[in-house]
Amino acid sequence: MSQGHNEKILLAHGSGGKLTHCLLKELIFPAFSNPILEKAEDAAILDLKGKTAFTTDSFVVQPIFFPGGDIGKLAVCGTVNDLAMMGAKPLYLTAACIVEEGLEISVLERIIRSMAKAAQEAGVKIVGGDLKVVEKNACDKIFINTTGLGSIPKKVNISGGNARPGDIVIINGFIGEHAAAIMSARQDYKLKTSIKSDCASLNHLIAELLTKSNNIHVMRDPTRGGVATTLNEIAQQSNVEIQLEENQLPISDPVRGFCEILGIDPLYMANEGKVLIFVPEKDSRKVLSAMRKHPLGKKAQIIGKVFRSAAPRVLLRTSIGSTRIMDMLTGEQLPRIC
Amino acid sequence: MKYIDEFREKSIVKNLASQISKFSGLQINLMEVCGTHTMAIFRSGIKQLLPQNINLISGPGCPVCVTSQSDIDSMLELASIKNLIIATFGDMLKVPGTKSSLEKIRSSGSDIRAVYSPLDALEIAKENKNKEVVFLAVGFETTAPIIASVVDDARRLKIKNFSVYCCHKLIPPAMAALLATREIKIHGFLCPGHVSSIIGTKAYQFIAKEFKIPCVISGFEPTDILETILMLLKQIAKNAASVEIQYKRAVRPEGNIPAQEMLKRVFLPCDADWRGLGIIPKSGLQLNPAYDKFDARLKFQIKPSKTTEPKNCLCGQVLRGVKTPVQCKLFAKACNPENPYGPCMVSSEGTCSAWYKYNR
Repeated sequence: MSQGHNEKILLAHGSGGKLTHCLLKELIFPAFSNPILEKAEDAAILDLKGKTAFTTDSFVVQPIFFPGGDIGKLAVCGTVNDLAMMGAKPLYLTAACIVEEGLEISVLERIIRSMAKAAQEAGVKIVGGDLKVVEKNACDKIFINTTGLGSIPKKVNISGGNARPGDIVIINGFIGEHAAAIMSARQDYKLKTSIKSDCASLNHLIAELLTKSNNIHVMRDPTRGGVATTLNEIAQQSNVEIQLEENQLPISDPVRGFCEILGIDPLYMANEGKVLIFVPEKDSRKVLSAMRKHPLGKKAQIIGKVFRSAAPRVLLRTSIGSTRIMDMLTGEQLPRIC
Repeated sequence: MKYIDEFREKSIVKNLASQISKFSGLQINLMEVCGTHTMAIFRSGIKQLLPQNINLISGPGCPVCVTSQSDIDSMLELASIKNLIIATFGDMLKVPGTKSSLEKIRSSGSDIRAVYSPLDALEIAKENKNKEVVFLAVGFETTAPIIASVVDDARRLKIKNFSVYCCHKLIPPAMAALLATREIKIHGFLCPGHVSSIIGTKAYQFIAKEFKIPCVISGFEPTDILETILMLLKQIAKNAASVEIQYKRAVRPEGNIPAQEMLKRVFLPCDADWRGLGIIPKSGLQLNPAYDKFDARLKFQIKPSKTTEPKNCLCGQVLRGVKTPVQCKLFAKACNPENPYGPCMVSSEGTCSAWYKYNR
């Protein structure tokens, strides 16, 4: 990109003046290319019908590039997934970047292109946005906020409060990969791994599943806090007990090894391309086999079941046949000390 | 996964549990003195597989938990010094001192960094030559040799801005102190696997000989722990008391000789203040005078403060195995992981933390 002689982002790039326009014209508009954005108005004009899902999320991941993704891809997939979890068809996103002065323009370019690719794959349009530049050390390289809109088809009624006794809990693949990839990329623990983040947009997979069953009660992506925390949220919202089978949890050997060495529990590790689905037993096989046919669900697995309960809770039936409580994550997960 | 799944194999677990169930009758109290054992027992739900007469009690096995309130306050005092970086194992962050915690004072600007290894602390010192770096050395015999080698490296490399605040403790003297209180009847010890990989079996012989209590050094997987329990029960049934190794894949009778030599070179045994147990003679490690320059207590003239443990907090009694967490009025009410009264609730190996997480 021809940014005059600049190789780095300057405060002037966020001033709204010439350099801002240059960035928009040369990088952002061509990358996100769509007629709504290119009108360059103060707000995007959308024509929406029916029930609409609306969500926002901010992304501050460090490092900004990691095995399996980067902050740009994550910012798109994260918001697309939040819409998809409500059964919505994601349509439009806005993207607002806060950039630290001194960031290489080539880095910003990589991130923007990655966002454009992720948006294209998910079938959403980025129709508005913002770019601010702050002084050195006022933020860490780049923070991105994305906001998304999606339309909810008629008859779709999905909520964390809809889990019913007898429902089967299904997940679409290996857990803990995003957190493990980020932790290895950070090199805090000097562990070399081959683990890649599972960062992916799940809307196509979910659209497919919604054609197979009209009875999906709950869908939720186990991001921060991991599967354990997400299931606790659902147990509380639906006032049920969820029992998980430790033996059935899909965990890859590299992630297991990583967790065993550091003394952390993969059930509490963030995922960015996973969905927990609650569906009545009669539809569970259909949903499972549809998942396994999709590229993002090859390792899908039934991991648990919902029971009536006086008090909402999540129990884990351990591999040796005993049972224990699985609580929400408290604080950060820290390595053990001996 | 290889080398893990074998030790969680359900059929072996069942077989061991059924052999253990033959020892029904007499009430038997077995104590584990390692936080990793405590967590492993709760995580895998081993207590559910034992007959009612066999009672597993958690002892003073979590290094963070046994650190005295006075030491925690001194660490907070250190962390408030300007231009000083605290490097610590992550477990210390949330532990409440009398007025604050490392996590809280970090949010108001102190430079406190969680590290996985003390080697990282030395790296931080090399990278920040204009600042002092203090490593909070909390742990038992397992981590002590690494600290010793880091301090030794610092001296060899003439690194002047690095020191350690040493609260290292030794497990066997605490086991003896606990037996001497006669507060609870202990019939056998599950001895810590990692500590023993350093110190071997010799360090426990006096417990078997003088106190006539069987000791078995245990691994950390469900089958390890069950086999250890079975070995202890067999000794108890025969009225024997010896030190045995169940965790043979990691522990040798003589221990790790180079690690022991490293300890001797850098540390001297000293009296140490344990939460719940008070001062136990020769139960701690201090840097020997040749390494004075690396002793944060001397370098920053930190004097032990007179502190009392938090009111109504039963951490001390929990650490002695006299009370269980549910007998504490604060447990899971006023005291929880977000708002802890004592360290046992926040350390990842604390007994209260294990009960809170897995057994409420």
